[in-house]
Amino acid sequence: MQRVTRSAIIDAPIDRVWAILRDFNSHTAWHPVVAESGIEGDEPSDRVGCVRNFTLRDGARIREQLIALSDRDHRMTYCILDADVPLERYVATVQLKPVTDGNRTFWHWQSTFRTPRGRERELSEMVGVGVYEGGFAGLRQYLARGRAGAGLGDARGAPIESDAIAFERTGGPEVLRPVRVVANAPGPGEVRIRHAAIGINYVDVYIRRGWMPLAAPGDVLGVEASGVVLDVGPDVTNVIPGDRVAYALLPCGSYCGVRTVPAAQVARIPDGIDNETAAAVFLKGLTAEYLLHRIHRVVPGEVVLVHAAAGGLGTLAAGWARSLGATVIGTVSTDEKARTARDHGCHHVVVTREYNFADAVLRASGGRGADLIVDGLGERGVRDNLASLALFGHWVSVGQASGALPPLASDALVHRSATFSQPVIFHYTADPARLAEMAGRLWQAVQSGVVRPEIGGRFELGSAAEAHRLLESRASRGALLLVP
Amino acid sequence: MIRVYTSSVIDAPADTVWSVIRDFNALPAWHPLIADSRIENAQPSDKVGCVRAFRMRDGGQLREQLLSLSDYDYQCTYSILASPMPLEHYVATLKLTPVTDGNRCFAEWSAEFDCEPARERELSQTIGQGVFQAGFDALKLRFGRR
Ligand SMILES: NC(=O)c1ccc[n+]([C@@H]2O[C@H](COP(=O)([O-])OP(=O)(O)OC[C@H]3O[C@@H](n4cnc5c(N)ncnc54)[C@H](OP(=O)(O)O)[C@@H]3O)[C@@H](O)[C@H]2O)c1
Repeated sequence: MQRVTRSAIIDAPIDRVWAILRDFNSHTAWHPVVAESGIEGDEPSDRVGCVRNFTLRDGARIREQLIALSDRDHRMTYCILDADVPLERYVATVQLKPVTDGNRTFWHWQSTFRTPRGRERELSEMVGVGVYEGGFAGLRQYLARGRAGAGLGDARGAPIESDAIAFERTGGPEVLRPVRVVANAPGPGEVRIRHAAIGINYVDVYIRRGWMPLAAPGDVLGVEASGVVLDVGPDVTNVIPGDRVAYALLPCGSYCGVRTVPAAQVARIPDGIDNETAAAVFLKGLTAEYLLHRIHRVVPGEVVLVHAAAGGLGTLAAGWARSLGATVIGTVSTDEKARTARDHGCHHVVVTREYNFADAVLRASGGRGADLIVDGLGERGVRDNLASLALFGHWVSVGQASGALPPLASDALVHRSATFSQPVIFHYTADPARLAEMAGRLWQAVQSGVVRPEIGGRFELGSAAEAHRLLESRASRGALLLVP
Repeated sequence: MIRVYTSSVIDAPADTVWSVIRDFNALPAWHPLIADSRIENAQPSDKVGCVRAFRMRDGGQLREQLLSLSDYDYQCTYSILASPMPLEHYVATLKLTPVTDGNRCFAEWSAEFDCEPARERELSQTIGQGVFQAGFDALKLRFGRR
């Protein structure tokens, strides 16, 4: 038996390194000798027993199986099933440990295998130098990639000023005002981010109007953004400078250039999804995720009614519900928006400006009604939403674009044994473990085309009022972005 | 059970560092907090089961027993028999692992013990930073290449 051991110190926190290595299908991103990688049968790459197919840069092919994975111990074990290189009974273990002194990572990579007589040295070198040492270098390079681009310059430790948009009193779009804000150097558990794109959400409008006490006059608006991590505070283990991240969180304050936020609230954006796309889908896509996977688990054959189906949330929810096997009915206010809604997955679209949709929903569903209603309309849609419910249907009120929902009569739902709920995205994202799970599912939905991000407009920070006017006019499609 | 874990990187081969720390009676020679030490009953310091009695620079007296010693794994385990600290069932492990990249070593020092919940933070801090990290800092200084 040959035994090969290599170990290295990686200058990044253990969670950050593990997030890459635990993905059994990640090597093409960082390992210099792996040209192609795929998991057989499209299984998830953290499913113990899954098999990956490697094609190396020299053309050799290797099939390897994941035989143990422990997030608790930061350890994985895998073996070669068959390979063009004569490594027999090859079993390897990757083990990470935290270097608490400096927030770095110790990486131990070890294998045992048999080789044909006379080729012991050559093959041990190939594994130890080519695969393991090459992997260390490749991962270091991969992690350093973003760092150069972070461009912190001399600001290390110093506050950074940037342009921002605040609302000076409650009211229409005209109350938005340019201001300057300061992003302090990140404290323990914090990261400082240079925003690349800021997602505009309808909740920004409610807050600006004073409909929701989530911010006070004078505060900077905005609950969502994407960008590049400039620097991190002590004890931050999930991101490093140069990482591209997105977040959706309270308190408000994302309409600005640079911001310091809790590290636990940010999610890394995978390669292949750009910053603008991330800002367009993060809050709205996470909302679609919890609506269709948590609040109500959509099963094939169900009818899902999505209001404002050409809007930011609507386009994502419609496409995602369709991919889960639902019949999707959307409502929109114009024919042009009906096309957008269809493009994004609606089977049926009801065009109405006056919230008359119940008859059409019942007709389209053969009298069944909607098992799930995704409702951001509020006040004006109450009557027809109640009339659109299927037996045991679930009406989810997520917003109030047409006005606040009036109190519901206590017997409002009895005619259909229906349920009603009023969830808030921030309650779902507050727990970092749940946020990571939700974000993972969202990124996968984006990468696999299950949801198709639609950017309906980009505005400079100074034109935020114009963007708000567009959103409130019902003329926007997809998600609107501010680009600082 | 409270668990404290401290780890560091020392810029010397594991063999070299191990030759300094494997001696259960050598704390005063490398750990800045320890004033003097002796092994009870004149036993050899690498005899598993031996007890070291040592004094901290602040005057505290401790007795610790060697539970295991492995030259193969660069690892030793010991327990506290008596100490001024309000804790019980204290078992600690000190371990080195070679880092092939750069010919350095990865050092881990961990402990498990029981104590009153109200003292957890303070004791974890004292042991993890005050004792373990202070020891690593001394080793880093001693073996520093620059
Ligand atoms: N609770 C949560 O966790 C959560 C999270 C995200 C979003 N939301 C809610 O989901 C809804 C969609 O959010 P979004 O940011 O993606 O916005 P959006 O859908 O892009 O824009 C709002 C849309 O609402 C429709 N609408 C109907 N009546 C309206 C009126 N009187 N004034 C303005 N618009 C009206 C319009 O579409 P048509 O003209 O086609 O009808 C408009 O395009 C909002 O209600 C928002 O508050 C809730």
